[in-house]
Amino acid sequence: MGLMRVIVALMLLALPAAAQEKFITLASTTSTEQSGLFGHLLPLFTEKTGIQVRVVALGTGQALAVGQRGDADALLVHDPDAEKAFVAAGHGIEHRQVMYNDFVVIGPAADPAGIAGIKDVGEALKRIAAKEAPFVSRGDNSGTHAAEKRLWRQAGLQPWADKKPWYRETGSGMGPALNTASGMDAYIMSDRGTWLAFKNRASLKILSEGDVKLFNQYGVMLTNPQRHPHVKRDFGMAFVSWITSAEGQQAIASYRIEGESLFFPNAKREGS
Amino acid sequence: MGDLGQAGSAAIQLILGADVRLWSIVALSLKVSLAATVIAAAIGLPLGALVALKDFPGRNLAIVVLNACMGLPPVVVGLVVYLLLSRAGPLGPLGLLFTPGAMIVAQTLLILPIIAAVSRQIVADAWGEYREQLTSLGAGSVQAAATLLYDCRFSLMTAILAGFGRAAAEVGAVLVVGGNIDGVTRVMTTSIALETSKGDLPQALGLGFVLMAIVLAVNAAALALRNAAARQGA
Repeated sequence: MGLMRVIVALMLLALPAAAQEKFITLASTTSTEQSGLFGHLLPLFTEKTGIQVRVVALGTGQALAVGQRGDADALLVHDPDAEKAFVAAGHGIEHRQVMYNDFVVIGPAADPAGIAGIKDVGEALKRIAAKEAPFVSRGDNSGTHAAEKRLWRQAGLQPWADKKPWYRETGSGMGPALNTASGMDAYIMSDRGTWLAFKNRASLKILSEGDVKLFNQYGVMLTNPQRHPHVKRDFGMAFVSWITSAEGQQAIASYRIEGESLFFPNAKREGS
Repeated sequence: MGDLGQAGSAAIQLILGADVRLWSIVALSLKVSLAATVIAAAIGLPLGALVALKDFPGRNLAIVVLNACMGLPPVVVGLVVYLLLSRAGPLGPLGLLFTPGAMIVAQTLLILPIIAAVSRQIVADAWGEYREQLTSLGAGSVQAAATLLYDCRFSLMTAILAGFGRAAAEVGAVLVVGGNIDGVTRVMTTSIALETSKGDLPQALGLGFVLMAIVLAVNAAALALRNAAARQGA
């Protein structure tokens, strides 16, 4: 009937003008989007291949869930253990290392826990716990959240399990969590990229960095096309190949903010 | 004051800069929210009128549910639509997820109860007043509903504008089903959320001012339309 026709026409109207555009949907993390890396990287890929990359930026946990449901063609995330489990369960294929950056421990310049300059991140966390200084956790099952919990455990502490009042889970992305930390002069762990691109720093600054434990590896993979036949295997594979190629790796290395590199390419070349 | 001042100048720069990206975001916001409003009104107005006029078992329950649904949390609507449209969900083959079409579906569901519930009340009040007249003229309930909807069109405009306002202002539903993809599904509210995430609060608030200006303009246009129609009618 007429009403239905109007409704369908309206929906079609709102669809992207060129529906036959070449594109893939990439589920990725807030750190890659909010640090500006994709804004730098993806136009280069699109220029070379004509394939657009539509990025849905989520926490790593949610990005993997989106991939598992077949709602993205490719994934670029940073939780190596979860990625391995994802591939082992048959949800992803062609898993490759892409790049790394590192986490930093940030806190108020006044530094009540006295962690400035301490390289050993376990020691820094222990001091924060000993002083019961406010610490903001992502609490959102993201790659950063997983890494943060791993570091606490390695220091022999589990403040979330002990329901410590100074340990505050915000359940939000990196940026919002940093906003919370800057609002309450709290300590927080962030990936360096998001921190460098973050503007609302207030009194926060990097206090502890450089421990090898703070290494943050990113991996890329395709959603398994055997489970989800609509997955754009060829376009997705073009992206996986490009970002791990010499050209893609060079593009990652060339992204800088205030002269600082945010991500360091480390894809293993085939045959090397 | 300093922060608000910065946000104000950010807003002015955004508007004066007439940035192509900004305008495409504004255009998508309007397209999605207006389409959702038109669809929700096309369904919600007759639905509200019929619930107002028809006596059926469980009518009071239906009214309570309809009124309660005005408070649907956007993120819950977003999640339901996400699960429906996901490739692993029942409507997955449509491939609508992460497109503006998905955002229209979500916003339509979100504001349909508002338009239906408010128009039910408006039509019920008018029905109380004109019931005898209409029944003595032998109008059936569909005819009566159509007559009352026409008679109450100016009041109903407010119901529709309330729906539009909710659609234009919400972020939870469009973020989940649209994915805030740059150039494809990024709208004003998801841009504001993104700038907030980046800690660029003046830019976020500046975008907020622009959004409020647009909603103001739509409401002004609706009022002008209403006045013009009223003059013609008189």
